[in-house]
Amino acid sequence: MLEIKGLTANVGDKPILHGIDLVVPTGEVHAVMGPNGSGKSTLSYVLAGRDGYVVTGGTATLDGQDLLAMEPEARAAAGVFLAFQYPVELPGVGNANFLRTALNALRRSRGEGELDAVQFLKLARAETKRLAMPDDMLKRNVNVGFSGGEKKRNEVLQMAILRPTLAILDETDSGLDIDALKIVADGVNALRGPAFSALVITHYQRLLDHIVPDRVHVLANGRIVKSGGPDLARELEADGYAGVVADAA
Amino acid sequence: MNAAIPRRVQPAWLVQAAGAFLSRYDGLRARLPGDAATREAGAAAFRLHGLPGMRDEAWHFTSVRPLAETPFAEPLTPVADCAALMARLPSLDAPRLVFVDGRFRDDLSVVPPVASVRVGAPAYGALAQPARDRMVALNTMLAEDGAAIEVPAGVDGGLLVLASLGTGAADRPVAFHPRHAIKLGAGASLTLFDVSVGEGVYLHNPVTEIAVGKGATLTHLRLQDESRAAFHVSTVYTDIAAGAIYDSFALTLGGKLARMEVHAKLAGEKASAHLNAAQLLSGTQHADFTTVVTHAAPHCASRQTVKNVLAGRSRGVFQGKIEVARGAQKTDGYQMNQALLLSPDAEIDSKPELEIFADDVKCSHGATVGELDAEQLFYLRSRGIPEIEARAILVRAFLAEALDLVSYERTREALETAIADRWEGLEA
Repeated sequence: MLEIKGLTANVGDKPILHGIDLVVPTGEVHAVMGPNGSGKSTLSYVLAGRDGYVVTGGTATLDGQDLLAMEPEARAAAGVFLAFQYPVELPGVGNANFLRTALNALRRSRGEGELDAVQFLKLARAETKRLAMPDDMLKRNVNVGFSGGEKKRNEVLQMAILRPTLAILDETDSGLDIDALKIVADGVNALRGPAFSALVITHYQRLLDHIVPDRVHVLANGRIVKSGGPDLARELEADGYAGVVADAA
Repeated sequence: MNAAIPRRVQPAWLVQAAGAFLSRYDGLRARLPGDAATREAGAAAFRLHGLPGMRDEAWHFTSVRPLAETPFAEPLTPVADCAALMARLPSLDAPRLVFVDGRFRDDLSVVPPVASVRVGAPAYGALAQPARDRMVALNTMLAEDGAAIEVPAGVDGGLLVLASLGTGAADRPVAFHPRHAIKLGAGASLTLFDVSVGEGVYLHNPVTEIAVGKGATLTHLRLQDESRAAFHVSTVYTDIAAGAIYDSFALTLGGKLARMEVHAKLAGEKASAHLNAAQLLSGTQHADFTTVVTHAAPHCASRQTVKNVLAGRSRGVFQGKIEVARGAQKTDGYQMNQALLLSPDAEIDSKPELEIFADDVKCSHGATVGELDAEQLFYLRSRGIPEIEARAILVRAFLAEALDLVSYERTREALETAIADRWEGLEA
């Protein structure tokens, strides 16, 4: 279970999060929606532990473990996975090698044995097939020369292989056409189960047609201003954020 | 009126060090093997010019002072047991010529079946320029041994390891100056894996003269993994005939003060030279990669991709000169020097130089300096990869562009292993 209490954070010197309270019980998928500049990406980076995002108050725990005290790699080992809004290109780093290194690092931290190249490729090929990705995406350098859609699918591929207990999807729908959107949604839905929870951060409702959330939260000006069921997403799509944000102000 | 000012005043420490090498020569000369006339010419040049000082333009960024202030003794008869150093040679199942403190060791070597090899005296060639290059004059004067390797026309010489083991004790530094010559006949080929390892304090000052015959291919892989207390100054001259390829990659990991100098002459039409290199340095290491590529014939290509990874207070130097002679039309020259600084105290000096006397040529050069990318680092760590491993991945990726040019898989793996081993101590 992810539990965020009174979380405040700065980007550099500028306060962005003004007290976030949010609980995502294990097994549930929650959506965080909000206008541009509301703090959605900041929330995801703070949870993943990026430099330059300074927590000034509050707590965030995953299954009782204090996430904010951990290095980024320790958070990953604890089960956190951030699907980046803008996946980073790594020239000179092969995708398969990168994924195997990451998987084996996580397996080591869990006290499991490492996979050799053959075992890993078998696993990776099964996942690429499921995500309708060409095999050569494993051979190419990480995200180098990938289209926007391929980059997002590559994020979901990593998630499928690394099997997090908490996935944070930061605007994974941006830049996707409808076919790619469905593939990505299927990839996330395939992971759903009693041990998996997700925070789906999005500006638009359309992703939530395919990944149907258990709860929807509206983030505005660094606070959760409204929470509700899946219908809330449709209301926002119809009426825009202005009403909700004004009500809360 | 001013008194006449000597054209070049050298500091006393430099003059004294040169004097010590000269008196060693004066004591040894009667006993040194090989071509006495060549040796005497080298000694005359050294007597005239001495050691390189920082006023020499070619040595502006690299001071030999730590070397000059080391009192070198003559190498003793090498110890029979070199097992520990032999174990540091890459495990390649190939013939090898092993030199210990500059002297050939038959018992440690495996003679190649195809190439012809002669040892026991310096293998002086016709390419070296002792009158211009001071460390080469020193080598010519004091060389005791070396390998003359010849691959006959049309023959594939396969893979050959040329290894140098240095065994200087801290209280008894030694200096050695091996002199090698490599000759490939027309259409011949050879992969030469040139590796230097050692322990303690010593000066390894090899000179290698290489003639690549018409249409021949020499792949020259170099691994400099000397003792971290040692001095390595090497000079390679290569003459590349029409249609021939000199394809080299030099990896510098060791040495306290190191310099590799390469003079490559594209002597015949459609010859090509690849002088790729990588330097990984830490602590207070200083390493210098200096190249002079001469396009003397038309339709030749030269390529240089040089990568520096610098940690601690280390300093990397790259000097790359491309000379295009008057008749060398359709020259294609490319040079790129990149540095990754892992610490704010590391330093890179980069000096590209183009001297072009032909009018229909394509020459480009560039240099970049940067740090590890914070965003890339975070991306890797967010996937569970520990920071030290993530940094290693990014450094390896930075080197990939140069290292991937090593086409021969077995040797590339050996170089990769050396980099991985070196990396473990790089950020300490």
